[in-house]
Amino acid sequence: MSKPLKQIHLAAHFPGVNNTTVWSDPKAGSHIEFSSFVHFARTAERAKFDFLFLAEGLRLREQGGQIYDLDVVGRPDTFTVLAALAAVTEHLGLTGTINSTFNEPYEVARQFASLDHLSGGRSAWNVVTSWDAFTGENFRRGGFLPQEERYSRAKEFLATAHELFDSWHGDEILADRETGTFLRDAKAGAFVHTGQHFDIHGQFNVPRSPQGRPVIFQAGDSEEGREFAASSADAIFSRYAALEAGRAFYQDVKSRLAKYGRGHDQLLILPAASFVLGDTDDEAQELAKEVRRAQVSGATALKHLEFVWNRDLSAYDPEGPLPDVDPVVSEEHISRGRAQVRMYRDPLATAREWRELAAANKWSIRDLVIETGNRQNFIGSPATVARTINDFVQADASDGFILVPHITPGGLDVFADQVVPLLQEQGVFRTEYEGRTLRDHLGLAHPDQIGDDRRAAS
Amino acid sequence: MSSTPSSSLHLAVALDGTGWHPASWREPAARPRELFTAAYWADLVTEAERGLLDFVTIEDGLGPQSSHFLDADERTDQVRGRLDAVLIASRVAPLTRHIGLVPTVVSTHTEPFHISKAIATLDYVSNGRAGLRVQITARPNEADHFGRRTIPRIDAYDSPAAREVVTDLFDEAADHVEVVRRLWDSWEDDAEIRDAATGRFIDRDKLHYIDFEGRHFSVKGPSITPRPPQGQPIVSALAHDTVPYRLVARAADVGYVTPYDVDEARALVARIRAEQNAAGRAAEPLHVFGDLVVFLDDDPAAATARRERLDALAGQPYTSDALIFTGTAPQLADLLQDLHGAGLSGFRLRPAVAGHDLPAITRGLVPELQRRGVYRRAYEAGTLRGLLGLARPANRYAATATA
Repeated sequence: MSKPLKQIHLAAHFPGVNNTTVWSDPKAGSHIEFSSFVHFARTAERAKFDFLFLAEGLRLREQGGQIYDLDVVGRPDTFTVLAALAAVTEHLGLTGTINSTFNEPYEVARQFASLDHLSGGRSAWNVVTSWDAFTGENFRRGGFLPQEERYSRAKEFLATAHELFDSWHGDEILADRETGTFLRDAKAGAFVHTGQHFDIHGQFNVPRSPQGRPVIFQAGDSEEGREFAASSADAIFSRYAALEAGRAFYQDVKSRLAKYGRGHDQLLILPAASFVLGDTDDEAQELAKEVRRAQVSGATALKHLEFVWNRDLSAYDPEGPLPDVDPVVSEEHISRGRAQVRMYRDPLATAREWRELAAANKWSIRDLVIETGNRQNFIGSPATVARTINDFVQADASDGFILVPHITPGGLDVFADQVVPLLQEQGVFRTEYEGRTLRDHLGLAHPDQIGDDRRAAS
Repeated sequence: MSSTPSSSLHLAVALDGTGWHPASWREPAARPRELFTAAYWADLVTEAERGLLDFVTIEDGLGPQSSHFLDADERTDQVRGRLDAVLIASRVAPLTRHIGLVPTVVSTHTEPFHISKAIATLDYVSNGRAGLRVQITARPNEADHFGRRTIPRIDAYDSPAAREVVTDLFDEAADHVEVVRRLWDSWEDDAEIRDAATGRFIDRDKLHYIDFEGRHFSVKGPSITPRPPQGQPIVSALAHDTVPYRLVARAADVGYVTPYDVDEARALVARIRAEQNAAGRAAEPLHVFGDLVVFLDDDPAAATARRERLDALAGQPYTSDALIFTGTAPQLADLLQDLHGAGLSGFRLRPAVAGHDLPAITRGLVPELQRRGVYRRAYEAGTLRGLLGLARPANRYAATATA
């Protein structure tokens, strides 16, 4: 007997900064106006997606001491957009990244609990950490957090938020007009937390929300990040959208669950993935090439090379050969507020390798950046893409995908109209929402039903 | 006087739970079990919009409500718990088209960077109808919820020590507002250029570091969110004394005051205008609104009886920092016109029972004011600034750049 087919989870990431978004395309709309978010969210809901995902920015990126100006810059506030989207959708989960370094647990917990109430149980929190003083310059807290403390603060932040969410049990509000009893218990919301990062006590002032707690997402790939996710997250936002790497990551993270007393289904693995669709596979391949060229202008190519060279390369011709000069190896980096910087640990070796690659293939700077940069994960006709996604999930390389279109806000439409119906025909994706809450969509139990094994074990 | 923006009377309502009377939740018109649902708030705000009101404010706090000024209480007979006001405002924004949305923001424990982008975004999702009402908290228990600072205990409201604490918190609030406002201006309106020829999405020369350095925080900027539709959303604050009057005079577009009669209203307006002069802002428009709690019924005796019934349920007479009006819509219209004549440009009415007194305002008071020719008959502007007769401000950084 064959194994029953896994159900695929799909979500949509509203594209923000970085050069995924082709803002120069005539079809590209605003990434700020609310109408764009409404279009995007309604498309995701029409396609019965699990949730919409919004990233967060807390400092504009800089390169060479200047604000980076080649990609989409600027975005609205995560909580505010998600709360407004709750008004124009009914089922779609609303997931937001909120940094645990530049916030306090009481405030964030009440914002997520409020969002959960106001959306009828559709909120999720992607917990991220930051340690850099650069971002800290926008906050009272400043940049004091040492890098090695980022997960320790994040873990304690999340545990503290859970204590606040759990400080109401859900049966406190009687609102009995006859007896004049509003609250069953005067101590509703009482909490005490004493720890390394937070020493707080008092009463939480938001009653228990429909999901009990928001769904918790975690992103990050280090050893500590994987442990954090295995111990504390409901879903992991990974970057392994290639089959073998995806399977390795999947096996690794899922195998860590047991020691926290958690089952295989209590942590979903959802890589971010981009896609290009065409009527035929060949047409999609052609289109994908065009998109990559649009994503990497000559100016963008030079800026990407500067991440590795760590010096001003503006005098070079992007259509010409790679620089002869070597990268500057320094603690001070030309680029700030950009996550990819961490990917270039050995710039001299990378430069050597790229020069050889470019020479062998007769690539210009721009060709090199296009060829070595991120490719679209799924390219093909709707049938090809649907089949590939399904194969990937059935092979346990992920539990689904968070799709990132390259056009705002209409880039998801073609996927919703052409790929989703094929997945539905194959019986691997829902045709109707079966529940109301995000936990329902993701197949996650309500925290009141799973007890507190998790915290006891961690 | 040039600093009074408009001669028409403005109306706002202050939304707080089931209403401002602590026993309001026990009234038949109250919906206490729905306080934590979106539908409840949507219904209140759409009712206010039906009455053509300028805006609603939404109360908030970083701890449970209390019958004590400074401490939590142990009461179970009153509404406790509330949702984040900015999120409530955002949730109802797409369901409304005209009314201004002004959530309360507590400056004492929040980050101005976060508040700035949240209110800017509220302005985007409401197409130019956002504001904020800035509030401080001197409650030690709320400071304990954050654990970052201790706030010295105030014993007597008017002791020198208490004044020092409160002045410090208002100074911080003033800095908070200054940072928020600078961040709103940190993008010039036309910073997004999408110049395909050069590959530049923005003109970085139109983005500005704000470089704020203050006693409580320093903020670099620029904002992550582009300048909101109104340029500067509305900043408002409630004020009872010289220090908060100063905050209103220096930093606000709308100040709420609590006069008990016409003479007091005139005196309060004069004090705020004097502070405004001292701050060099005499020429700038600044609304001074009167705050009143209202029990409105068709028959004055019914209003009085309702108030007495609620007081009996609460176990004590309701008191407020603001005047408590009990009576009919025509009586309230008389009072508002008198106070308007004393220099108040508008009013923020606090419904004693939201489910009863809000519809009494929108369906009783508003038509009465319209009959008298002192209130709008249709929304005549698309933004909250427009409704309040306030121009869209120039960007401070753009001005200096071209100077």
